Amino acid sequence: MTALPLQTPEERVSYLNAGHTLRSWFLTTDHKRIAILYLVAITGFFAVAAVGAALIRLQLMTPTGELLSHEGYNRAFTLHGVVMVWFFLIPSIPNTFGNFLIPLMIGAKDLAFPRLNLASWYIFVGGGIFTLYALIAGGVDTGWTFYTPLSTMYANGHVLAVIAGITIAGFSSILTGLNFIVTVHKLRAPGMTWGRLPLFVWSHYATSVILVLATPVLAMTLILLFAERALRLAIFDPSIGGDPLLFQHLFWFYSHPAVYIMILPAMGVVSELVTAGARKRVFGYWFVACASLAIAGVGFLVWGHHMFVSGQSPYAGAIFSFLSLAVAVPSAVKVYNWTATLYKGEVVLDPPLLYGMAFVGLFTIGGLSGLMLALLAIDEHVHDTYFVVAHFHYIMVGGAVSGFLGAAHFWWPKITGRMYPLVWGRISAGLIFLGFNLTFFPQYLLGYLGMPRRYPTYPPEFQALNVLSSAGASVLFVAYVLPLVYFTWSLRNGRAAGANPWGASGLEWTTPSPPPKHNFEQIPVVDRPAYDYPLTRARGDE
Amino acid sequence: MNPFFQAWPPEASLHAVRVDQLFIAFSALTVLLTAPVFVLMSGFALYYRRGRDVDRTQAPRGNWRLETVWTIVPFLLALIFFGWAGWLFFDQGHPPTGALTIDVVAKQWMWKFEHPGGQREIDELHVPAGEPVRLVMTSQDVIHSLFLPALRLKQDVLPGRYTSVWFKAGLPGVYALRCSQFCGFDHSVMAGRFVVMTPADYSRWLQQAGTDGSLAWQGFQRFRALGCSGCHGPASTRRAPKLEGVFGHPVALDGGRVVIADEQYVRDSILYPAHDVAAGYAPIMPTFAGQVSETDLLALVAYVKSIGTAAPSQEAGR
Repeated sequence: MTALPLQTPEERVSYLNAGHTLRSWFLTTDHKRIAILYLVAITGFFAVAAVGAALIRLQLMTPTGELLSHEGYNRAFTLHGVVMVWFFLIPSIPNTFGNFLIPLMIGAKDLAFPRLNLASWYIFVGGGIFTLYALIAGGVDTGWTFYTPLSTMYANGHVLAVIAGITIAGFSSILTGLNFIVTVHKLRAPGMTWGRLPLFVWSHYATSVILVLATPVLAMTLILLFAERALRLAIFDPSIGGDPLLFQHLFWFYSHPAVYIMILPAMGVVSELVTAGARKRVFGYWFVACASLAIAGVGFLVWGHHMFVSGQSPYAGAIFSFLSLAVAVPSAVKVYNWTATLYKGEVVLDPPLLYGMAFVGLFTIGGLSGLMLALLAIDEHVHDTYFVVAHFHYIMVGGAVSGFLGAAHFWWPKITGRMYPLVWGRISAGLIFLGFNLTFFPQYLLGYLGMPRRYPTYPPEFQALNVLSSAGASVLFVAYVLPLVYFTWSLRNGRAAGANPWGASGLEWTTPSPPPKHNFEQIPVVDRPAYDYPLTRARGDE
Repeated sequence: MNPFFQAWPPEASLHAVRVDQLFIAFSALTVLLTAPVFVLMSGFALYYRRGRDVDRTQAPRGNWRLETVWTIVPFLLALIFFGWAGWLFFDQGHPPTGALTIDVVAKQWMWKFEHPGGQREIDELHVPAGEPVRLVMTSQDVIHSLFLPALRLKQDVLPGRYTSVWFKAGLPGVYALRCSQFCGFDHSVMAGRFVVMTPADYSRWLQQAGTDGSLAWQGFQRFRALGCSGCHGPASTRRAPKLEGVFGHPVALDGGRVVIADEQYVRDSILYPAHDVAAGYAPIMPTFAGQVSETDLLALVAYVKSIGTAAPSQEAGR
C-alpha cells in the first residue's frame, strides 16, 4: 500500500469529474456512476414509501383512526409495502454498494457487462414509473402480498399497473444478479482466489444466485395474476375453477427467498464493518462465507411457513417448520463469528462499527422471533398479527436498512472522497437503535395480545402500545433525516478523506478516493488473504 | 382492566395456557441465546478499545471446535421446541369424535354461524364450555381467517373449500373474535364476540334463539326442493348411490380410488359431480354449481351427515 497524497477530490481526476454533462451520467457504463444513479433513485423511492409509513403510524394513534378512511389506509400500507420491498430493499445494497464495490474489491475495471448494468437501471426506473403511475391514479388496496382472489376479483385499485411495474423491475434484478455472478467468476484480479474474496463479495454472490433463480418465479406468478384479472382466465379464483392457495405457494416461493435477497447483502456489509472496526481478520472466514451459501440454498425450501394456517396440510407444515429452524443455523453462526471477531481486536467505535453492532443486536432479536413464528403452535396464534409485522421489520429495517446505512457510513469517504462528521454519525446510529426498538418492540406485544395486521381501526385496549410505537417512529424519522443532512453537508464541507481513512484492508481502499474512472492505475496482484490485519497476520491462507 | 392497555391476553382454554407456556419458555431461550451476544459484543468493543493496553497476543483467526458447538447446540435446543410446538399443533389438529359441529360462512365483511339445531347468528359465536366444538368453515368471496385470540387459535377460511378448527373452551366469558387475513375495505371491523357459556346457559340460549328446524331438517327440505331426492331418495328407483350410511365412511370411486366421505367430499359431489364418481355409477348427475348458496350447501351437508350413521332424522339437535 503506497501512501497517497491528501488531495481534495476536485484536484484529482476521478470517476466523479470525468464528465459533467447529463449525458455523461445517463449514458454512463461506469459501475460507480450507475451505483450513484441507483442511490438517487432508491432514495427517492424510500421517501415515497416512508410517507406511507408515516400515514400508517399517524392513523394508529387512536383506536378509531381519525386520519384516513379504511380505503385510504389500505392504500397507504399497500404503497408502503410495495415500494419498500421492490423499489428500496431489494435493490438497496446490491445495486448501490454492490455495484460500486464488487469490481473494486476483486480488482476489476468494471462489471462483466457494463451496458447490461446501465440497462438494468433503466428497466428498474421503468418499472418504478408504472408503480408511481398507479399511485397517482389512486393506488392499490390489496397489500403487497396480492392474495387471490381478493386481488384478482374483488380489489378496485390499479392492480394491473402495479404488478406490471413489479414484473418489469424484476428483470433488473435478474440482470444485476447475472452480472455479479459472471463478474465474480471471470474478473477477479490475479491472485484473488475464492478463499481471498471479501465476505461482502461472497454474500453478494449468494444473493445473486437467489436473484437469478427466484425472480423469474415472481414474474410468472404476477403474469398469471395479470391473466386472471385482465383476461378472466381461471387460475386462482375458486368460483371459476382456480385454486387460491396455488397463488400463495408461488408467491412465497419467491418472496421468502426475497427476504434473503434483502438480508444477505447486509450481512456482507456487517462482515466488513466488524473486521475493519476491530482491525482484525474475521473469526472463522470459511464458516461465514459458507453460511451465506447455506442460507441461499435452504432459503428456497421454507416458503410454506407463511401458510401454516392457510389450509395447507399439517404434515407439510411440520416439514416447513423444521426447515425454517434449520435455515436459522447459518445466521446464528454468522452472529457468533462477528462477536468473536471483536475478541482481542483493536476496536474503534466509529459510526460504521456502531451501525454494524446495531445490525447484530436487532437482527438477533428479529431472527429469534422468526424462530417463534416457525413453531407451529405459536404461529397459529400470532400469524397475521403485529408479531409478524414486528419480526420482519426487525429483519428488514433493523437488519437490512441498518446494513445499508452502515455501508453508507463506511464507504461514503470512498464514494465521495469526503469525510462526514463522525460525532453526528455516532448520534444517528444511537438514535436509530433507540427509535427502532421503541417503534417495533411494542408491536411484538400487540401481536401476542391479538392485534391483527392491516387494521385501520382497533380495540381500545391496544392504544397505549400503538401510541408508543408511533412515538418511536418519530424518533426514527429524525434518525433517518440526520444522515441525509450531514452527508449532503459533507459533499462541500467535509475534509478530504484520503484513500483509506479507516485503516481498513481490502483492495477498494488501495485506490484513491473517489476512485479514478477505471478503478486502478494497474490491475493489482493479490498475494495476501482477506482481512490481513497485523493482529492476525502470518499464518497463511486458511 | 385499564381501557388503554392490556398486559396479557385472556386464556380461555387449556390449549391457550399450553401455548403461553411454550411462548414464555421460548422467550427465555431467546434471552439465553441473545444475552451472550449482547454482553460479549459490547464487552469486547469496550475492553479491546484501541489505545487500551490489554493483552492482544495470539488473537484467534477461528476455532472449529467453537464453531461446532455454536452450530449444533442452539439447533438442538430449537429442536426441542420444534417437538413441543408440533405436539401442541397436532393435538389441536384432530377433533375428538362427537364434537359439536358449528358451520361458519364468512363473507365481506361478516361472520355467520349456524348451530346444528338451526340457530343462526351474525358476528357472535356462542359455545358451551367444557365441550369439544368443531367449526366447519367456508367463505363466499375472498380468503378470511377466523382468529380467536383467547384460544390462541386461527384458521384461514377459503372460498370453495371447507377448513376446520376445533377447541374445548374452559372458562365462560366474552372474548374477541376477529378476522386476521386481510379481506378488503372493512377488514378491521369484521369482528365480533366469542361467548363461552356454561352448558346450561348454552341450552337456554339455543332455546331462545329460535330456529326453522334443525340444520339437517333444513337440508332435507333443500334436498327435496332441488330435486336431489328424485334420484338419491330412499324410494327412488334411479341408478344413483343411496346416501344413507355414507357420511364418514370410505367410498369406492370409479378408477379404484377410495375416499372418506367428509364435508368436502359431499360439497364437491354436489358442485362438481363429474369429478369423483362413485364406482359402478354413470356420471349422469348435473352440476349444482351457482345454484346453491354456501348456507344451503352446509345444510345439505348436515342432512347427508345426519343420515350417515342412523336413519334420517328430522329432530332438532346435535
